Amino acid sequence: MAFTFAAFCYMLALLLTAALIFFAIWHIIAFDELKTDYKNPIDQCNTLNPLVLPEYLIHAFFCVMFLCAAEWLTLGLNMPLLAYHIWRYMSRPVMSGPGLYDPTTIMNADILAYCQKEGWCKLAFYLLAFFYYLYG
Amino acid sequence: MSAPAGSSHPAASARIPPKFGGAAVSGAAAPAGPGAGPAPHQQNGPAQNQMQVPSGYGLHHQNYIAPSGHYSQGPGKMTSLPLDTQCGDYYSALYTVPTQNVTPNTVNQQPGAQQLYSRGPPAPHIVGSTLGSFQGAASSASHLHTSASQPYSSFVNHYNSPAMYSASSSVASQGFPSTCGHYAMSTVSNAAYPSVSYPSLPAGDTYGQMFTSQNAPTVRPVKDNSFSGQNTAISHPSPLPPLPSQQHHQQQSLSGYSTLTWSSPGLPSTQDNLIRNHTGSLAVANNNPTITGVDSSSTTSSASPMPNSYDALEGGSYPDMLSSSASSPAPDPAPEPDPASAPAPASAPAPVVPQPSKMAKPFGYGYPTLQPGYQNATAPLISGVQPSNPVYSGFQQYPQYPGVNQLSSSIGGLSLQSSPQPESLRPVNLTQERNILPMTPVWAPVPNLNADLKKLNCSPDSFRCTLTNIPQTQALLNKAKLPLGLLLHPFRDLTQLPVITSNTIVRCRSCRTYINPFVSFIDQRRWKCNLCYRVNDVPEEFMYNPLTRSYGEPHKRPEVQNSTVEFIASSDYMLRPPQPAVYLFVLDVSHNAVEAGYLTILCQSLLENLDKLPGDSRTRIGFMTFDSTIHFYNLQEGLSQPQMLIVSDIDDVFLPTPDSLLVNLYESKELIKDLLNALPNMFTNTRETHSALGPALQAAFKLMSPTGGRVSVFQTQLPSLGAGLLQSREDPNQRSSTKVVQHLGPATDFYKKLALDCSGQQTAVDLFLLSSQYSDLASLACMSKYSAGCIYYYPSFHYTHNPSQAEKLQKDLKRYLTRKIGFEAVMRIRCTKGLSMHTFHGNFFVRSTDLLSLANINPDAGFAVQLSIEESLTDTSLVCFQTALLYTSSKGERRIRVHTLCLPVVSSLADVYAGVDVQAAICLLANMAVDRSVSSSLSDARDALVNAVVDSLSAYGSTVSNLQHSALMAPSSLKLFPLYVLALLKQKAFRTGTSTRLDDRVYAMCQIKSQPLVHLMKMIHPNLYRIDRLTDEGAVHVNDRIVPQPPLQKLSAEKLTREGAFLMDCGSVFYIWVGKGCDNNFIEDVLGYTNFASIPQKMTHLPELDTLSSERARSFITWLRDSRPLSPILHIVKDESPAKAEFFQHLIEDRTEAAFSYYEFLLHVQQQICK
Repeated sequence: MAFTFAAFCYMLALLLTAALIFFAIWHIIAFDELKTDYKNPIDQCNTLNPLVLPEYLIHAFFCVMFLCAAEWLTLGLNMPLLAYHIWRYMSRPVMSGPGLYDPTTIMNADILAYCQKEGWCKLAFYLLAFFYYLYG
Repeated sequence: MSAPAGSSHPAASARIPPKFGGAAVSGAAAPAGPGAGPAPHQQNGPAQNQMQVPSGYGLHHQNYIAPSGHYSQGPGKMTSLPLDTQCGDYYSALYTVPTQNVTPNTVNQQPGAQQLYSRGPPAPHIVGSTLGSFQGAASSASHLHTSASQPYSSFVNHYNSPAMYSASSSVASQGFPSTCGHYAMSTVSNAAYPSVSYPSLPAGDTYGQMFTSQNAPTVRPVKDNSFSGQNTAISHPSPLPPLPSQQHHQQQSLSGYSTLTWSSPGLPSTQDNLIRNHTGSLAVANNNPTITGVDSSSTTSSASPMPNSYDALEGGSYPDMLSSSASSPAPDPAPEPDPASAPAPASAPAPVVPQPSKMAKPFGYGYPTLQPGYQNATAPLISGVQPSNPVYSGFQQYPQYPGVNQLSSSIGGLSLQSSPQPESLRPVNLTQERNILPMTPVWAPVPNLNADLKKLNCSPDSFRCTLTNIPQTQALLNKAKLPLGLLLHPFRDLTQLPVITSNTIVRCRSCRTYINPFVSFIDQRRWKCNLCYRVNDVPEEFMYNPLTRSYGEPHKRPEVQNSTVEFIASSDYMLRPPQPAVYLFVLDVSHNAVEAGYLTILCQSLLENLDKLPGDSRTRIGFMTFDSTIHFYNLQEGLSQPQMLIVSDIDDVFLPTPDSLLVNLYESKELIKDLLNALPNMFTNTRETHSALGPALQAAFKLMSPTGGRVSVFQTQLPSLGAGLLQSREDPNQRSSTKVVQHLGPATDFYKKLALDCSGQQTAVDLFLLSSQYSDLASLACMSKYSAGCIYYYPSFHYTHNPSQAEKLQKDLKRYLTRKIGFEAVMRIRCTKGLSMHTFHGNFFVRSTDLLSLANINPDAGFAVQLSIEESLTDTSLVCFQTALLYTSSKGERRIRVHTLCLPVVSSLADVYAGVDVQAAICLLANMAVDRSVSSSLSDARDALVNAVVDSLSAYGSTVSNLQHSALMAPSSLKLFPLYVLALLKQKAFRTGTSTRLDDRVYAMCQIKSQPLVHLMKMIHPNLYRIDRLTDEGAVHVNDRIVPQPPLQKLSAEKLTREGAFLMDCGSVFYIWVGKGCDNNFIEDVLGYTNFASIPQKMTHLPELDTLSSERARSFITWLRDSRPLSPILHIVKDESPAKAEFFQHLIEDRTEAAFSYYEFLLHVQQQICK
């Protein structure tokens, strides 16, 4: 396979997905710390919130790359997550800064559980995507 | 556990009690037992009148002072009872107790031994208490009981219903026809009876009960030991039949009897039991006394039992109770559901007196003969576990008996299934039950624990659970479709509270639980944590009991005898030296504010209460005002007059002189007074209409952050400048929209962030919003919500145009400024392993899964917690919840207030339904609905509320197989559930279709979130009383005042007659509705006008007229008022005045244009279930 734009996209996506995997792991650890009382929710939100947008943007970025490379299948696989990200950010609580997490509601058991589950699902998705890009 | 040794086993107890009794009694009564010790003398000491009584009797007398006269009569009348047979069985003994009441004579006549028997359990205690308290002698005897007999005592308590007796006796004294008394009595005794033979009592039973009681005698032969308690109960009635007037006497003697211990001053403690044990209605009276005895003897007297409002009531310390804000007026009377006030005989000990007599009331209504019986029947119900079932309460306990031993209490819970169906499970056909609302206030159900635990359990005023029987698994909970959660009122004003100073606060080493009455002592040196089950060592210091000055009795320490205690914490509990009390007032002085004129009222109240602000010599105070600029006041000592410093740079606020803005209250008092006197007039000519609230708050935060404390913000309009400015979001045309209500959430997170910053610096922000237009409370409220502040809202406040609001502000301020306050507080809620906290409701910041950070805590703050069951609870029979509130008192002391609640675990769905606390459930649902309306939408929340009813009732329907499916059935414990939910749907917070201003709605939501249960219930479901015919029947005595106790009316226009006048108690507002045809005498005597036409449209006070009816009405209203922290305003509403819409909107059982009537709602629910 020649070195096409598509191949470049996959290589880039591979690297970026690796980064996203770290984001996801960080996310999971952070919520675990919250649950076990190691951290104050305010601090935790302050560290998590700045990371939300970069994550979403990175993902959106290589979605666009795949779009340009006309990799429809790959794009199709990523679309659900992209849509989810957009929805998630649209329905975020009223906040002045960037980010998703509100320290006053984050300790609610439902939200905490939801965020943890979200972290694991994303980790799984990114891992699968990583190998897909690697061999695709 | 603190429980005595295993001796308390039921089986064992059957035998043992008598012995104890014997031993104990022996002192008292010669015949009864062998070695008569020193006791005899002692007995005589206290109450010498009764002497003639048989020896067994003697025991009782000792304490019993009042009724003596009656006593002597008793014996003469009565023929001896066949009770003996029963004695063999311990249970029977317990049950017989009630009997005794009924047939006092018998008791008296019975030989000492018998008495012992029947009374087995109590006797020892009494003795013990007497001995101990009186003489301090007979140490050996007292020891015996203390350890062994405790459990018994509690038992007895439940069974005896002193209240009832006393009630009846009182009736007699009042001169009512003897028959009434008779009825009352019979009902009482029967209460137990019907349940036995007819587990499922027909709904209409009230009258039926009377009937049964009379018949009872016939039944009597039934006694048999196997049935034990129940039978005994049956037998009780027997004595009743003939005696007319004399019965009263007997009863009196009974009451006297039961009261034995009453004479012992310790009473307050008793009430707890009253309350707790729902049985109260049935059994209360006797119990208390016994308990008291126990307390005094076994626990040290200084370990004052937790003060319940109730306690105070019963204890006769009425005034106290009143003063305690927490006590709800309505409930107070309830403890003695029974009729005539316990005080019965004039000679009765003081404590008893206050009890209101419900039974008498009916007379006023003109059904003298019938009603009394009726009343009795109902009254017990209410007080009973479930609103409607007295019987149940009796019943519930049966199962427990087996579990005398605390450790085996689990059995009790489990065995519930096998016992006949408890009353709270009696199916009620909602659509056919016309008068679903009981006539007296609804009581919290008592957890189905063994008596000893019940006695120790936390007062339902401070700590309640929506399900008093905790389901074993989450699956079971899901099946029941009921919310599981706790309702807390942790910092309630308490009249008595054991305060413990010790070097080491004993806590579990792994989960940090504070030692509490529900731990178990494995041996003298080790205790097992009841939350995590770890075994801990008992520290050396804990072995010594400072109260009794005895060594080696760790289970008698006050920590282990009281479920509510306060520790003085050591420096381990401080992150920094305790902060001083610091108060900062941030006042809006824009044109709008000056126009409204609140400054005058505020400054006036402050001047009056300056010396009463809680604090010590370090107390600091400061003032800021703001319009478009921010003004600081330099009050530094030494200045000749206050110095005003203006900061106009609102984009970057700074403190002009950081040191002298918050000054010591005592050093600068003169300057402060000067300022307060000048303030109202300083801005009279201001033209500034802008309000820079955000920057002012930022400045306040800067000012407070070094110390922490309380910031009180007074705001009168939308903030329009600087950070945190808000736009009007309300569209007046949408106010009555049935579709979407928007803008329930904040528009900006500025206030939330500010609150979190404040919370981090231990500063709470309290908001007083006095606004005539929309001020976006939804956004502003965030400043208080997350900093643990409180919110007050005075819509359309104006000091002259709206005098009732002005008066309310004045009274609220008085309370606000002088009430207790705790600083830099945290509250942790722990629960038994397997349960976990799910969501918290209230004003605070959740810092971790079980830790709430409360910059300030005030006595009017309530909290709710949703729970989930994470692991199955199969290996435990009890679960416990503990809240620990660590705070700095206004005197700079670090203190920890600990409440512990213990509840049984059940495995069957029926038991879960039997234990529903419908009021708690409703309050929790209301909290959840508020969250839902903010996070999702109002209509979602409304649907969820309706679904809560539909789901729970249909879940119940499917568990009960033999129901007609066409009918809408509910267990008796849930029968008020649909009514309350309907009330919630019509509440300002959740209603649709009726014009509701957004701020009003949001304020109602804030209140739901932050009010404690007692106040919230009044807001959700107001109490309606008819007040144009108040009588003294059943009145309560408070501070030498007689407070009538009219029955509750259902909230329906059908109850409003044109000839009457009605008082509606909505918590924060009172309405008096005067019917068109209202008796002119009432209008003249109470309202002070000659006739209906001359009553003005706006009337907010009752004149102080020197007539009997005026006095009654006023004392009733004052009594209601005294029981709550925020003084309600009174509106007198004429029929046909425009204001009556306000009144009628609270009649929630009626149909409105936009909402169902109660009946329609039931049909709707039924329809949904059938779907």
